[in-house]
Amino acid sequence: MSCEPWQCAEIAATKKANLIQKPEIVVAMIKRAERPILVVGSYAVERYMEGRQLIDYLIDFARASKVPIVATAHMVGEFLKRGYEPAGFMSAMDIGNRLVDPEWQGLDGKGPYDLALFVGMPYYMEGLIICGLKHFAPNLRTITLDNLFHPHASWSFPNATLEEWAGNLKVMTSKFGGGQ
Amino acid sequence: MTSKNVHVKIGEMKGNTSLISNLEVSVGKVVDSSWTEPMGPTPMPSLSTLRDWDLRLLERYKPFYMPDCDLCCLCTFGKCDLTAGKRGACGLDIAAQSSRIVLIACCIGAATHTAHSRHMLHHLIEKYGRRYPLDVGGLNIKVEAPVTRLVTGIRPETLGDLEDVLAYAEEQITQAVAVAHTGQEGNHLDFESKAFHVGMIDHVGMEVGDIAQTSTFGFPKAEPEAPLVSLGIGTVDTSKPVIMCIGHNVVPSVGIIDYAKESKVDDKIEVVGLCCTAHDITRYYNRGRIIGPISWQLRFLRSGFADVIVLDEQCVRTDISDEASRLLVPVIAASEKNCMGFKNRTNDPSDEIVADLVSGKVPGVLILDPEKVGEVAVKAAQKVAPIRRKFNNLPEPEEIKTLAKSCRQCNLCQRSCPQDLKLPRAMKAAAGGSLSELEDLYEYCIGCGRCEEACPEKLDLHSFIVKAGWKHMTEETNNCRCGRGAVQDVEIRNVGSPIVLGEIPGILAVVGCSNYPKGGKDVYDICREFANRRYIVAVSGCSAMSAGSYRNSEGKTLYEEFSGAFEAGGVLNVGSCVANSHIAGAAIKVANIFAKRSLRGNYEEIADYIYNRLGAVGLAWGAYSQKAAAIAAGFWRLGVPVIVGPHGSKYRRMLLGREDKPEDWEVYDARTGNKVNVGPAPEHLFQTVETPQEAKVAIAKLCIRPNDTWKGRSIKLSHYIDLSKRLYGVMPQDVHLFVRTLADVPMTMKDEITKLLNEKGWKETVIPDPTLLPRMIRKIKE
Repeated sequence: MSCEPWQCAEIAATKKANLIQKPEIVVAMIKRAERPILVVGSYAVERYMEGRQLIDYLIDFARASKVPIVATAHMVGEFLKRGYEPAGFMSAMDIGNRLVDPEWQGLDGKGPYDLALFVGMPYYMEGLIICGLKHFAPNLRTITLDNLFHPHASWSFPNATLEEWAGNLKVMTSKFGGGQ
Repeated sequence: MTSKNVHVKIGEMKGNTSLISNLEVSVGKVVDSSWTEPMGPTPMPSLSTLRDWDLRLLERYKPFYMPDCDLCCLCTFGKCDLTAGKRGACGLDIAAQSSRIVLIACCIGAATHTAHSRHMLHHLIEKYGRRYPLDVGGLNIKVEAPVTRLVTGIRPETLGDLEDVLAYAEEQITQAVAVAHTGQEGNHLDFESKAFHVGMIDHVGMEVGDIAQTSTFGFPKAEPEAPLVSLGIGTVDTSKPVIMCIGHNVVPSVGIIDYAKESKVDDKIEVVGLCCTAHDITRYYNRGRIIGPISWQLRFLRSGFADVIVLDEQCVRTDISDEASRLLVPVIAASEKNCMGFKNRTNDPSDEIVADLVSGKVPGVLILDPEKVGEVAVKAAQKVAPIRRKFNNLPEPEEIKTLAKSCRQCNLCQRSCPQDLKLPRAMKAAAGGSLSELEDLYEYCIGCGRCEEACPEKLDLHSFIVKAGWKHMTEETNNCRCGRGAVQDVEIRNVGSPIVLGEIPGILAVVGCSNYPKGGKDVYDICREFANRRYIVAVSGCSAMSAGSYRNSEGKTLYEEFSGAFEAGGVLNVGSCVANSHIAGAAIKVANIFAKRSLRGNYEEIADYIYNRLGAVGLAWGAYSQKAAAIAAGFWRLGVPVIVGPHGSKYRRMLLGREDKPEDWEVYDARTGNKVNVGPAPEHLFQTVETPQEAKVAIAKLCIRPNDTWKGRSIKLSHYIDLSKRLYGVMPQDVHLFVRTLADVPMTMKDEITKLLNEKGWKETVIPDPTLLPRMIRKIKE
């Protein structure tokens, strides 16, 4: 396990991500948050762990945790195919842009989000969006659920194997009372 | 030409022996009185002339910054940490610093195109004279330089006229670079406005370059059916000496081709090009070949096919001389901008230079005389080829398998790869005896070589990929339509009405570099999708090469499958980077030729017209460069949205509209002065998309414009909804924002959309004569 940025040159300055040493930390933060949201990118159907796609783990997690999902790129159809309706879908840039707007009342109109979880985008693209949020969304905490360390997030898992990743996602899901 | 400096006008003067009437003279220039078009309000705009227009756009499309780097290290006060609201020693915050970086990128891009054009113009004037007439399309083109006319108010007729245009452009770039100095501009929106300004200037610089070279070098002159030219490594006759030209400035390549023809060896050597120089070689010489986009540099070089390399300028690998020396390939640097550390041999006898290169006494030379470059390159290639005998240092497959066993599986190659290619896994498979996973990477590798730099075992990983993909590489035998240059006036007349009314659903410009997320096939697929949907698809540069690198089920490339005309369902290759100006030029000409709007120094009105009426979108799927940033900025100011692929997010700033804010989408109805909500059309001005599926849906959506007729809007919505359903699996949830009257609803989707409209509480509105400019309102409301 390493907390170096996955892409070697992606270096942050003075405000770097805290390391998530165990998945229970994420669970605690979600429980503490009033308005969490999970942003899921296109790699959700390209990453396989233990014979399942990442998207399947995420659906389990979302159902258990009740964290609403925003699907980016063309992912909405992939969720619907699996019988899960995300709370919204829009481009990754659009969700980033809305999250920096303190006036935005969220997908349901009930108020700004205070915790944004990201997973499954191209590493550099996700890192850039999170960096934008670090600078311009002071009231928002960010977490990445990827198995790659993102230095610009508030909290990030370290670089980890696919097996460790699957394990983390399953633990998080189980802590909310879900799982296969 | 227009007046400049001292200007004297004499209405009537009687002397004892003569009568002079209506004489206008300016110092050095004779005023062109034949151009009756009145001068508009903004000829030769300075940094702030069009600021109000920019701020109107930026109010709607607010920047979304993704700084990437938290620091500023541009002055000795720094490094300054600008994280999350901190200001630097100079007072700048991260928003202003990010926009400053955008401006710097656009300045570099504009300077690069403009300097390229300046160098070429110097050369062409020296060769052909200042009075050499411009001709970009014979009788088919009267508006020869739409961007230049629009921005500067100059109607250039000769090469000499272009000097004044460039002088203006160079001044503006200098002013804009100065803005980026520490302690100048402090507001992020003003930085953005200046980036727009430099982008506009970039298009001027590009246009000058392409019309100068088209006029003098005999390139295709706005020819819809420009010939098909060979594309791909497999098209090169490697039994002959091969001269590989890399870059963007075709002047040295012309020297090579001319010398080969004069010495009657043109059928005995191969002149091939990489990156935009390749396009211009084939515009000049029908035996020239396009190897491929910028990413193919290491691939082609390491394969050993090149016997001499000639570098001109831009997008050249800066370590090419190291690479070439390993393969005993002499290098000729032919640009002052890119001397590569070589000794300047411009004034030495050609045969001495050839002898030094052939013997390996020197790895390369700098020659700043294009004709001498031609002689030296041809002679050296003929002598080097029998010695080199296409020597390459790619490892044999068995060697790769052995070397792969030394891989530590440290992951540093993958962690350094911009594509996150799974090299460690491929190396593991290679160590186990299978090169298939390395072979699979061939299509996705962008050829940067960062994997090799990172490898602690110093394994030549890129070479492994090239060798494993050898069969694919040598079977690349495709074609590209030769760059046609400008769009004819008559083509504009034919399509002006259906475009503006929305019945041709859009113009898609697929331009830019080859930093693709997953290979070039996405470019081909996107172009084909929209050509089949009867959009006009314009391509250029490396994207034009990728578009021609794949075939349909009948074995036809895009250029064989679709016409090269500016028409519905056409796929037209305008040419190299500088030819991108013709795409902006076509949009401008629609406003001028079809809508009879005056161009001369009338930027704001034309941009307002294009923004509100012309369903045009740019896609730079693999944009990587500062030039691409500048080209995009030129389109933003014209009101044309630009989409980039995922790597484009590294430009660090998007310009995004908010469709959830109805108050953002009001325009004036020029007929009444009333404000009308027209919905998010277009929704964004600069947007990164993540996948080709997303790109297709975004393209269709961003072609929607306030001026669409109900028939046009219905057609555009059909494409948007159809693509969304097919690629996203859902009906778009924002359709109601684009329906103004029920006549806009596509007939075949009426029930479904009507239900959605009811759910969303939709209300009918009017179709305005849209404008963002109060001065365009014909009747001021009481």
